[in-house]
Amino acid sequence: MNNTLSTSLNKSASSQTIRLPDFSGSHLAKRYASERRFRILGIASVGVAGIILLILLSSIVSKGYSAFWLHKVELNITFSAEVLNPDGSTLEEVKLKQANYLALIHNALKEKFPAAVGNRRKIRMLYGMIAPKADLVLRDMVLSNPSLIGTTKKVLLKLSDDWDSLSKGFINRDLPESDRRIKDLEINWHDQLQSEGHIHSVFNADFFTTGDSRNPEEAGIYSSLIGSILTLTVTLLISFPLGVMSAIYLEEFAPNNRFIDFIEININNLAAVPSVVFGVLGLAVFLNFFGLPRSAPLVGGLVLALMTLPTIIIAARSALKAVSPSIREAALSLGASPLQVVTHHVLPMAMPGILSGTIIGMAQALGETAPLLMIGMVAFIVDIPRTFTDPATVMSVQVYIWSDSPERAFVERTSAGIMVLLGFLVLMNAAAILLRKRFEFRW
Amino acid sequence: MVERYKMINIAMQAANNNLALKLSSSKQSAKRFTKIESRDVNVYYGNKHALKHVNLSVYKNEVTALIGPSGCGKSTFLRCLNRMNDVIDICKVTGKITLDDYDIYNSSLDVVQLRARVGMVFQKPNPFPKSIYDNIAYGPRIHGIAYGKAELDEIVQNCLDRAGLWKEVSDRLEQPGTNLSGGQQQRLCIARAIAVNPEVILMDEPCSALDPIATARIEELIEELRENFTIIIVTHSMQQAARVSQRTAFFHLGELLEVGDTKTIFTNPINSCTQGYITGRFG
Ligand SMILES: Nc1ncnc2c1ncn2[C@@H]1O[C@H](COP(=O)(O)OP(=O)(O)O)[C@@H](O)[C@H]1O
Ligand SMILES: [Mg+2]
Repeated sequence: MNNTLSTSLNKSASSQTIRLPDFSGSHLAKRYASERRFRILGIASVGVAGIILLILLSSIVSKGYSAFWLHKVELNITFSAEVLNPDGSTLEEVKLKQANYLALIHNALKEKFPAAVGNRRKIRMLYGMIAPKADLVLRDMVLSNPSLIGTTKKVLLKLSDDWDSLSKGFINRDLPESDRRIKDLEINWHDQLQSEGHIHSVFNADFFTTGDSRNPEEAGIYSSLIGSILTLTVTLLISFPLGVMSAIYLEEFAPNNRFIDFIEININNLAAVPSVVFGVLGLAVFLNFFGLPRSAPLVGGLVLALMTLPTIIIAARSALKAVSPSIREAALSLGASPLQVVTHHVLPMAMPGILSGTIIGMAQALGETAPLLMIGMVAFIVDIPRTFTDPATVMSVQVYIWSDSPERAFVERTSAGIMVLLGFLVLMNAAAILLRKRFEFRW
Repeated sequence: MVERYKMINIAMQAANNNLALKLSSSKQSAKRFTKIESRDVNVYYGNKHALKHVNLSVYKNEVTALIGPSGCGKSTFLRCLNRMNDVIDICKVTGKITLDDYDIYNSSLDVVQLRARVGMVFQKPNPFPKSIYDNIAYGPRIHGIAYGKAELDEIVQNCLDRAGLWKEVSDRLEQPGTNLSGGQQQRLCIARAIAVNPEVILMDEPCSALDPIATARIEELIEELRENFTIIIVTHSMQQAARVSQRTAFFHLGELLEVGDTKTIFTNPINSCTQGYITGRFG
């Protein structure tokens, strides 16, 4: 049996009609080499992508990390009754809210550096050490505890933008004095305070609890964070149900005709439309026609929902398409109606894919600025938005606004804002992964 | 190994039993009751004429086997009987198919109700990616068959038991049905189909993906189910057709060439084509 097989093979090989597979060295070497080449190319491209990402992240972090800290100076504040209560009225009558707390700070500074007294230029320099709204801290202290009046207490006060930069080491002391924002005298004062241990580095909690401000020391991301959350909520609430419903209809129920084809093509084209066009549309329709308020998360969310819809529809359709037809047949054959087939089986199985697409769309929406500029969300927002119609801005626009300002504190806040934005994105992704886990199953 | 032999023995015995039963059932043929009747059924996939003028009666509480070479239209015919072909856009069915003398292609008929009465088991086991329990409970739930959890539990146990699966899975009803072996999955699908209490069960090559032991179990099961259901089974195995069916229909190139009692078809076929296929000369 074996014999006949091998002889017949030999015969056919010699007659040149049938060739056996080529197991020769050169053939193998060629295949191995091409496989090796492919693997090296693959690793190289992953590596390049990784390095670019790393450079990007490290440049953002290195520029922005300093915004999460700031420096405060410890001063001996005397809450003198003469300053707070100059006309000697009784405590109940004292208008503590309107009292001159700034004078307390100025007095403390003059006491600390008596040499500056009498020279207007030096005094102005000295007063410039403290951040503009630091006196509000003193006011709050006194209001909550009026018995402070007449006592002396050590208080930590925020340094001004320039002084903070000096403390952080961002001021180049080797430059000629005229080219520096901080003069030699200030540097001397600063070094004296530092050597006496009066300058403290603290966590910049205000960055996370305040809105934008003209004073770089005061500017925070909080109002735009809330703006982003409100806007994205509107976007999600509109684009997710609409997108999933459209995808289900187109994929599972729509008849096969020209009209449906036309709609499909348009949805695919819509996904490629530049986002600013949606902003123009929002301006024309939502603001000018429907008269919705400018700068409102409601309008921003609507515009971003328009932009996100095609992404979600396309992702949802491909997720629905990927559900095995055998599952549909199984359910149909048990007497499930087409709607039951979709809601009980197809949709849950497609959910992980739909959620992935939704997250991609929401991430795009989170980072979008252009369409929001068109509907006025580029406004200067100090107050925290509370409702969907309050004026608001979003984080990406806030970053864009800050990136326009030359002050050191705004520069570092630009990068810090991007970091918060990325952190928010990571949170959103984590939520999506958790949700996906609930729908995932093993085959 | 020993266990395997034992199982095969059991399977053989079951096959023998079937033969004995078949002999007894052929005596009852006078009392046959027509469950499904197709009159001049034609099916087109676009321009392709897939089924040509099929006339076939299926009798109650019998197993009817559909045999024939690949692509001859067996699955197509089967899918006409529960209107699964409706799902395929290009598919067009003409002619008349009746279930208990009612035209199932009548426009006033609710397809969902039809499919609840005519269940189906597919070639590839297709359990839902849900727990074993939910797989069985799904049909009763959507059709409101069970009142309350206790009744549903009972249905699940009963169906798994009838499908010969209860002993194997009773302790892991909450596990995904997709984790079972191929043979177990197919029995799960059968249990799922009978949980709706259909009158007819259509089986499209239910054993083609299974090993001989799992096949033997399913064949046993079919024999038991025949008491309560009318079964139509597509099979590529002549032995299987001979073992499980009372009637056999031979399809060739979209035509129903011959139909009759299984014994007659296998021992004394009229059509030479049938004879060639059965004896393995083509197909
Ligand atoms: N969905 C479909 N679309 C187009 N042609 C089909 C489709 N299903 C089956 N056919 C064709 O119909 C014929 C019969 O198929 P089928 O009923 O599946 O045969 P089988 O007897 O092997 O089950 C085949 O020629 C097949 O190509
Ligand atoms: Mg088939």
